[in-house]
Amino acid sequence: MANFKVNYREDTALFQNLWVKSWLVIFIVTMLVLPFLLSRYQLSILDEMGIAVIGALGLNLLIGYTGQISLGHGAFVAIGAYTSGLLAGTLGVPFIISLPLSGMTAALLSLIVGVPSLRLKGLYLALGTLAFGFIIEYILFHWDLTRGDTGMAVPKIGTEGFFIETERQFFYLIMFFAAVATLVAKNLARTKIGRSFVAIRDRDIAAEAMGISLSKYKIMAFAVAAFYAGVAGSLMAYYQKWIVPGNFDITLSIAYIAMIVLGGMGTVLGSILGAILITGIPHAIVYLTDALRGTYPNLSNLIVDLKLGIFGLVIVLTLLLEPQGLVGIYRRIKVYWKTWPFKY
Amino acid sequence: MAVMNQDKSLQLEIKDLSMSFGGIKAIRNVSISVQAGEIYSIIGPNGAGKTTIFNCISGIYKAQQGSIRFEDRELLGVKPDRIAQMGVARAFQNIALFKGMTVLDNLMSARVHLMKYGLLGAALYLGACQREEVQNRDAVEDVIEFLDLQSVRKSPVSSLSYGLQKRVELARALAMKPKILLVDEPVSGMNLEEREDMARYIIDINEEMEITVVLIEHDMGLVMDLSDRVTVLNFGTKIAEGTPGEVSSNPEVVKAYLGDEQ
Ligand SMILES: Nc1ncnc2c1ncn2[C@@H]1O[C@H](COP(=O)(O)OP(=O)(O)O)[C@@H](O)[C@H]1O
Ligand SMILES: [Mg+2]
Repeated sequence: MANFKVNYREDTALFQNLWVKSWLVIFIVTMLVLPFLLSRYQLSILDEMGIAVIGALGLNLLIGYTGQISLGHGAFVAIGAYTSGLLAGTLGVPFIISLPLSGMTAALLSLIVGVPSLRLKGLYLALGTLAFGFIIEYILFHWDLTRGDTGMAVPKIGTEGFFIETERQFFYLIMFFAAVATLVAKNLARTKIGRSFVAIRDRDIAAEAMGISLSKYKIMAFAVAAFYAGVAGSLMAYYQKWIVPGNFDITLSIAYIAMIVLGGMGTVLGSILGAILITGIPHAIVYLTDALRGTYPNLSNLIVDLKLGIFGLVIVLTLLLEPQGLVGIYRRIKVYWKTWPFKY
Repeated sequence: MAVMNQDKSLQLEIKDLSMSFGGIKAIRNVSISVQAGEIYSIIGPNGAGKTTIFNCISGIYKAQQGSIRFEDRELLGVKPDRIAQMGVARAFQNIALFKGMTVLDNLMSARVHLMKYGLLGAALYLGACQREEVQNRDAVEDVIEFLDLQSVRKSPVSSLSYGLQKRVELARALAMKPKILLVDEPVSGMNLEEREDMARYIIDINEEMEITVVLIEHDMGLVMDLSDRVTVLNFGTKIAEGTPGEVSSNPEVVKAYLGDEQ
């Protein structure tokens, strides 16, 4: 397809040609009709994926784009979830206000790891963020307000007469925010913000010598990542209707890291693909076990036992096949189709 | 040789600068004065302390002693990004490009400080953000044209040849819209043709864009052709200063160079 750019505005446009635009329309229409075609269980998987996409986009901006390691992403999801839980549960704050406030609270608290990140690098930063995660978990367990292990109920979204409560309604709500989150990440990536992030990742000394403030953009990267996590946490809280600290332990942080590594570091698409895969694998294993139970009862028991092993195996195999993750595979397929039927 | 501008004002003044790493004295009491609009070269054997001087000017190293004044402002103790924003640009000796980016994005990265829109504007990509992005893209395209990088504009820098990467390094510094350009060994490792091109670019930057150039270079031919004035450094100490002609006939300089090559 001819792709001549008339001006720089077009050259920097997000959706560059008719081809991309058509796919976008098809995608949106599919998303609109999907809730009418899928079961509640299937929709719940997609809802889970949508929330994971938001969290993964944030973490990828921090680790993939800016090169700052964080093992505490789950803690910021927790902060978002509990901010919403407390605001809505005890103060009756409506969703439209509690959602952005959850993001902002997480962003504000990210200063606790963002500021030290100016001095800590690599392993030390990883340990710092890990410690932050443990501290948040400890607080959630022991603070009166969050009610520890018992957990907290989160009120419904909506007012008299209209509530968002069905799986279908949640699907539209979550997908709307996942789409906005994706668009914002794309925008950040193509502006001076994204360039500053990548410059710091690739050569921090040169970035500084080009006039990019390391402290400003590192702190910003932590804040943006935390904001995304906070929003994901808020949605998760409303969606689950009940939150306990155990939802947000180190496993969640590691799952998010697995998403961006597997999906593709430093790409928006990679965050999405990774979130879908990591959220999907446990469900796929359950599905597989059910399907095999009739014919091979022993095998299906084995699969349950090996669940974690299979999970790890999929990750390792994907990375062996393509170190750039799913995005790398996607790019290869794209090149293949673009050049088909010519084999170059 | 550069056409000296009408105003021969002092632009960069380094006084009694000393810097040591542990026990090693990399530079000792070096003083250099660069006039606005000239091409000023610093030469000397490997390890003489040339790059260290640039790092002190850029704020990457903090000299223990002395002063560096740029347009009457003290640079010593100022952070590198602030110094860059004052108009001091740097092309590194060891290529320090952002290797995960295209040529275009590398150059756009040098203009972050010239764009004023905020985080929210970027998130929505509206109004001021779009306008400034397009304006700065326009300016970057001028640099791309100036240094003949049109054909590799969208290529990842890591896919370019060494010579081209060196040119992108220069282009990125130029994209910052600097008042003074610090260029560290721009032709090292290049073939003859690439050297001649690079010399031409540096002269054009100096004359057409009226940017002061401070040049570190080993290639004596290049230095003699381009420079208005030259400082010679040996073991961290300045041993001579003057026009290329004066410097090359200085016996101490000859000795230092022969001593280095033996
Ligand atoms: N970061 C550093 N740490 C320790 N020693 C350094 C550092 N940078 C430069 N030096 C030392 O300072 C001296 C001058 O180095 P440099 O300025 O790079 O020389 P030139 O650029 O003239 O070849 C050398 O002895 C070098 O080993
Ligand atoms: Mg050097």
